[in-house]
Amino acid sequence: MNPVYRRRRTINRIIMAASLLASAFGVIWLFLILVTLVSKGVPALSLDVFTERTRMSGGGLGNAILGSLIMTALATIGGTMIGILAGTWLAEYGGRSKLANTIRFINDVLLSAPSIIIGLYIYAVVVLPMGHFSGWAGVAALMVIIIPVVIRSTEDMLLLVPNSLREAAAALGAHRWLIVLKVCYSGAKAGITTGVLLGCARISGETAPLLFTALNTNQWNFFNMGSEMPNLPMVLYQNMTINSFIPAQVSLAWAGALILTAAVLILNILARVSSARSQK
Amino acid sequence: MTTGSSVTSKTSEGDRMQKLSASAQERSALKRNGLVDRLFELATRSSALLVLLLLGTITGSLVLAGWPALQELGLSFFTGDRWAANVENFGALPAIYGTLVTSLIAIAIAIPVSLGIAIFLTELCPPKLRRTIGTMVELLAGVPSIIYGMWGVEVLAPFLQSHFPSVFPAGTGLTTAGLILAIMIIPFITAVTRDVMHTVPPIMRESAYGLGCTTWEVIRHVIFPSVKGGMLGGVILGLGRALGETMAVTFVIGNNLFLSATLTGQGTSIAALIANQFSEADGLQRSALLLLGLVLFLITFAVLALARFMLKRMEQRAA
Repeated sequence: MNPVYRRRRTINRIIMAASLLASAFGVIWLFLILVTLVSKGVPALSLDVFTERTRMSGGGLGNAILGSLIMTALATIGGTMIGILAGTWLAEYGGRSKLANTIRFINDVLLSAPSIIIGLYIYAVVVLPMGHFSGWAGVAALMVIIIPVVIRSTEDMLLLVPNSLREAAAALGAHRWLIVLKVCYSGAKAGITTGVLLGCARISGETAPLLFTALNTNQWNFFNMGSEMPNLPMVLYQNMTINSFIPAQVSLAWAGALILTAAVLILNILARVSSARSQK
Repeated sequence: MTTGSSVTSKTSEGDRMQKLSASAQERSALKRNGLVDRLFELATRSSALLVLLLLGTITGSLVLAGWPALQELGLSFFTGDRWAANVENFGALPAIYGTLVTSLIAIAIAIPVSLGIAIFLTELCPPKLRRTIGTMVELLAGVPSIIYGMWGVEVLAPFLQSHFPSVFPAGTGLTTAGLILAIMIIPFITAVTRDVMHTVPPIMRESAYGLGCTTWEVIRHVIFPSVKGGMLGGVILGLGRALGETMAVTFVIGNNLFLSATLTGQGTSIAALIANQFSEADGLQRSALLLLGLVLFLITFAVLALARFMLKRMEQRAA
């Protein structure tokens, strides 16, 4: 064989083998992390983990799970409403105007802004004036994180709705708000749901923005949003740092990590299923 | 409004006018709908303006809260090589150094790996596997950052310490943090790279194959040159993520508050320093930490803006 051909073929094979290796390298972490989570988390799981509150020794994660659910749900509901409205303006009214382009750009930047900055921001504008940490502050911080996600997916999905549908509805005499509500939203529903689920998955694992907003507590907190709110990520953080000398707390943290990761991955998979359905 | 269509020539002029104009009921419906229209646009527009308000208040509140520290410390805040709260010595250099070094290590590891995965996914992988592997890499992006931190401190750091004790004497350190960050940003860079590689028209790829190019030559000489900007955008996006990552880094960086100009030694990063000290801080220390937050926000804002700018150019080409 021509030596030039041979050399080109060899180079090609080496590169392709390297990219195969890279893929293995990329995927293996997911397995390693899942294996660790299961091997350390499953032995620590028990009914008490879900029903008992956190204590200095023993106890469970019940109050933390409840607190996380409350804060994530409230933030998702609030963030979804604001996000959908703002996304609607960008897609239906803003168009290519200068203002819309600026908002789009800022939103894209906020989408990946460090979450600890959001925590500091809410601390400065909510916690300091109120004088104490609170569940509301935690909800506000999580909302600031989810809003850009919902805005982005709402706008993208509304832009996929063909203009001829809007024009057909307008020709029948429908007003613009009715067109958006009845025609555009029904076309973009599945896509927006995907965005909301992905955003919800993202905020349910966030720790940094809760450090100085919701803080944490060992008590049960049933919708008393004005005071500190227990939450799962903060319990994990505290058990792995200041309480890490107590083996029981560390294994409890792994049980919590397993629950948290399972919840987040299930939300992610739900989002994927919903987006696959919308593409059909 | 719609009643005029059936008017015949026989009807008188006045009759016709009456039929053409809207009845009182129709007029009120029009008015009502017009009002709803305006209200709806107002509601959506004010929500959209909230985004600008957010950016404004984030910057404003951080500047306001960090101002006392900037006045008190002046330039020594940026040049001091030691952060010691007990003696009111706040030098941000160790944190800034740690942030930059860990992010650069992460980028250096993540770029070749993400490129490899993207090449594998677009060129090599059988279509059946493509979705599965793509999903797995994306799920990696969904794992909460605190899980990476816990895994890093309980599994990765002890592993490094026992297998490479000369390089990682404590297991934790700047390079360990960089490695964890690399694992976290690989999915982001891969997703962007794969997407921009898909924007290359198939006909370009096929003509290169038709000329007898190998797969690597197609990628190297046809695909890379036309998606360079987008790939760089993806990399910078990953860099932005790495700079601001908190929980994963806090666990494994070692939290050494003195400047140690090494790559593998223990250090700290801006985000880790804030996470560790903020809840117990007040007075000057709190203000200094908020100022540090402002510095981080400005750095990431600049980096992310650059990334978006490059990706935007790519999108315009694809459209």
